[in-house]
Amino acid sequence: MDMKLQTNHAHLTNGDAPVKVDVKNLSMYYGKFRALSNIDLVIREKQITAIIGPSGCGKSTLLRTFNRMNDLTPNTHTEGQVRLDGQDIYAPGVDVVEVRRRVGMVFQRPNPFPKSIYDNVVYGPRLYGVRNKSDLDEIVENSLRQAALWDEVKDKLGQSGLALSGGQQQRLCLARALAVEPDVILMDEPASALDPISTLRIEELMHDLVKDYTIIIVTHNMQQAARVSDYTAMMMIDDQRSGQMIEYDKTEIIFTNPKDKRTEDYVTGRFG
Amino acid sequence: MLRKNFDNEIQQVKDSVLLLGSMVEQAILGSVETLKKRDIAGARRILEEDQDINRKRFEIENQVMILIATQQPMAHDLRLLASIMEIISELERMGDYAKGIANINIRMGDQPLLKPLIDVPRMAQKDVDMLHRSLTAFINEDLEAAKTIPMEDDEVDALYNQIYRELMTFIIADPKVIERANWLLWVAHNLERVADRVTNICERTIFIATGELVEIDNSDDEFWKQK
Repeated sequence: MDMKLQTNHAHLTNGDAPVKVDVKNLSMYYGKFRALSNIDLVIREKQITAIIGPSGCGKSTLLRTFNRMNDLTPNTHTEGQVRLDGQDIYAPGVDVVEVRRRVGMVFQRPNPFPKSIYDNVVYGPRLYGVRNKSDLDEIVENSLRQAALWDEVKDKLGQSGLALSGGQQQRLCLARALAVEPDVILMDEPASALDPISTLRIEELMHDLVKDYTIIIVTHNMQQAARVSDYTAMMMIDDQRSGQMIEYDKTEIIFTNPKDKRTEDYVTGRFG
Repeated sequence: MLRKNFDNEIQQVKDSVLLLGSMVEQAILGSVETLKKRDIAGARRILEEDQDINRKRFEIENQVMILIATQQPMAHDLRLLASIMEIISELERMGDYAKGIANINIRMGDQPLLKPLIDVPRMAQKDVDMLHRSLTAFINEDLEAAKTIPMEDDEVDALYNQIYRELMTFIIADPKVIERANWLLWVAHNLERVADRVTNICERTIFIATGELVEIDNSDDEFWKQK
């Protein structure tokens, strides 16, 4: 009688993509309230990492630490490190504007500027000093093509971005984020306000974009996390209502054989 | 709460698996009992009841498909439902082995058994005992039982080898009995395969409990190794 192990769960450190973002012992405070506690997380390059967990567990807060978006909220401070390509983005002297160029973001609700489609896309590049019309035209076409929106809007680039459908607006916001050539794209529930078809388009887009970009997505939709991501990070709050990293692994493991009972309970709908 | 409904539905599916298992147990014991008595009408009943087994298997498969489609199971739920698909298929095939024995009984017509059946009913009894406990282990996710039950397959293999050797002596003594000996050999072969499929059920229980897909080598080719 012999029992032979047929599967061998690939270990995270073996044969994986290089590290893009390395979060080390990160805590984040709103005033005295500790919203995140000692988070350790490794985001791999040109992979999709999903952050899941119950409402209020700090998923979006964590996502916003990756491009220092939390700095915009008064009375916040962070401890620990978020290293982007090895450099701590919270180190003194870091150019926050440059961090946000390299780490773009798409929000839950599409938020195009009340400007034309063209002006929405070139907003970032103009801010960074691109003035040449043909350069800007090229950026607009490339970005809209990458966001799979070009064919639908190429004849009406002067029209208001707000005149587009919800799904199109979200893709416009994605094009706007891509226009400044980021390395990392943060997505905070990018499809939660969209219908199923528009949701699938965004998911397909993520699949295409991950060839060139590192994507981190916060989602409440378990199936979406399971469908689109390579890695999944599970968060929860502790007794102090502070967000913690519970488990992090390849997505296939998180959804078929998680190690932590709380992850199991969450992904099977026992709480959350 | 939604989860409660889902749990209830999973429980119903598990109950159905137990019911299917019990139908298969009856079929195995019934096929050997009717063979022992050369009860052709009884053998025909086994064939009809095999249709019920097939229907029950499809019914459970459908239940599981609906749960997968509507509940999008994850983690343990996913392993459980995927494994149930495998287990009901194993059970259905065990039913086919019983049907095969009933068919042999019918094809034997009015020819008497080559010898009184002694080890064949023992094999059937052992199969059913192992099957019953393997399904209990599945329901309780009893890892220990799931690992040890397959070891008992050696007993079934030993009975098979014994029957084989005995039938060979009959054939050597009188080659005219080859066909009747062959029928019994097929009966024993079917019963030997039942125990192998019990092992497959135990492998699924291990998967449900641990997430590890293991192949238990229960030496079902021991017979061939001896040759």
